Amino acid sequence: MAFSAFTPTEQKADASIQKRSPVALLLLLPGVIFLVLFFVTPLLSLLLTSLQEPVPDGFFGEYRQALRWENYVFVLETYGTQTLRSFGYAALASLFALLIGFPLAYFIGITLRRFPLLQALCLVLVIAPFFISFLLRTLAWKQIFAIEGPVAGFFSAIGILGPGQSITGTAFSVVFGLTYNFIPFMTLPIYATLERLDLRLVEAGGDLYASPATTFRTVTLPLAAPGVISGTLLTFIPASGDYINASRDFLGSTETAMIGTVIEANFLVLQNYPAAAALSIVLMAVILVLVSIYVRRSGTEELL
Amino acid sequence: MRGFGKYTIWIYSGMALVFLMIPIVYTIVFSFNDARRTNIIWRGFTLDNWLNVCSAQDVCRAFGNSILIAVVATFIATVLGTMIAIALVRYRFRFRNTTTLLIFLPLTTPEVVLGAGLAAQFLQAGVPKGLGTVIIAHALFCISFVIVTVRARVASLDPALEEAGRDLYGSPQQVFWRITFPLLLPGIIAAALLSFALSFDDFIITNFNRGAEVTFPSFVYTAAARGIPPEANVIASAVFLLAILLVLVSQFSAAARRRRLAKL
Repeated sequence: MAFSAFTPTEQKADASIQKRSPVALLLLLPGVIFLVLFFVTPLLSLLLTSLQEPVPDGFFGEYRQALRWENYVFVLETYGTQTLRSFGYAALASLFALLIGFPLAYFIGITLRRFPLLQALCLVLVIAPFFISFLLRTLAWKQIFAIEGPVAGFFSAIGILGPGQSITGTAFSVVFGLTYNFIPFMTLPIYATLERLDLRLVEAGGDLYASPATTFRTVTLPLAAPGVISGTLLTFIPASGDYINASRDFLGSTETAMIGTVIEANFLVLQNYPAAAALSIVLMAVILVLVSIYVRRSGTEELL
Repeated sequence: MRGFGKYTIWIYSGMALVFLMIPIVYTIVFSFNDARRTNIIWRGFTLDNWLNVCSAQDVCRAFGNSILIAVVATFIATVLGTMIAIALVRYRFRFRNTTTLLIFLPLTTPEVVLGAGLAAQFLQAGVPKGLGTVIIAHALFCISFVIVTVRARVASLDPALEEAGRDLYGSPQQVFWRITFPLLLPGIIAAALLSFALSFDDFIITNFNRGAEVTFPSFVYTAAARGIPPEANVIASAVFLLAILLVLVSQFSAAARRRRLAKL
């Protein structure tokens, strides 16, 4: 399962399988060339683009190569709020997804062990949202939250929502949408670690007179940590770059614009490529710092 | 975690699962709405949307484009990714850590960055955007998922089976195509299905590299401003039901196989 991407797996130290051979090169080369051409060089061209300057008296959207570091100052000054907001929303969404996803993963991976068919069914329900269009399921929430909808009616009845206020277009609805959309990404890696958890370890905790809460805190939780970390990365990274939930036509408004929103607007609408590129580099740099902390903890061999 | 706690987790998880289902049920229900142009308020049950899916402008062309892109991108990603996965498990080579990092990084790169990066490169190289650039972009983000999925399958392969083939004087090619490949096939199929699903539903990377071409998600995105036609719900629902059917069949046949094995 690809969702174990970030979950360290036990490597079988079978030296007999691994050998040096020219075949390895033939197997690796096409894919590696593809990745270098369409992953590494695009990142480099982003870096180059982020330092470009407008051509004097040039056309709209015409730039030439320069070393204009001020682009970074410009984007951080202009879009600092949106950048911070992205990481704030993504952190909140990861937290809520964890609060929903962890108990759910525990339930499917441990409580349902005695009911294999029910376990399989629940697992299918967790991955089900992947199979319906991301955009349509986000729009579904927009319509459920709409002014004439049942949720808004309930919220105004209990006084949370004043007259004329709506649920969509607020920070609440954007974080709600992000949380909803990334719950499976949080649940599946945690499920993958809990499903393998040896229950005898938990029993041993009880035998040694630890309370269930202590056993959970000192045995279950540390063993589930790799899944929690990978689930958090799998939620936080795409959530921080997402601009669909925050879009005006979906769950957001101009007040909820995120870094993805401004990258898209600068690149595709304003044709301010250097600004879009500089923002992308900033986003990538923050993510790389987070990932490298993770790599330092568990090493490169366990990345995949 | 006993007594009252035991039931709390059943109720909590049940509610979480219901929560996950709400927009799916909503989308399917509204595919039967007699909505005409904008599908916001329930106006009555009809089968018309299902019977004339292509009546809404562009929906079917967008759907066709999405299928075409997903098929080609999945093919490229599956072939290249499977080759790398085999090499990673079976061979020792220099720059191993660099290669692992190269495969891992696309998984941790936000889609906006992947999309903007490719678009910037195509812009600098003067490559016009179109179906081709979208296919390249999709193959790129699918490769790493394929590698991760297939790699797990290669690692769990019993080397004794291939050894037996060699003992029986099978040539390396025969051993690969008649023993290794059939054993890897379930993993390769799983990887291909995953990348098909990822490609079909991708919006952000596509949006940066599509030019004037329309895919199903980009159709929905553009239509969101002026109202989604119910035909879009029909297509999404049909894809959903088909995918769920596939998953259910494979899950339950796997569970049945495990039970049969447990009885032996």
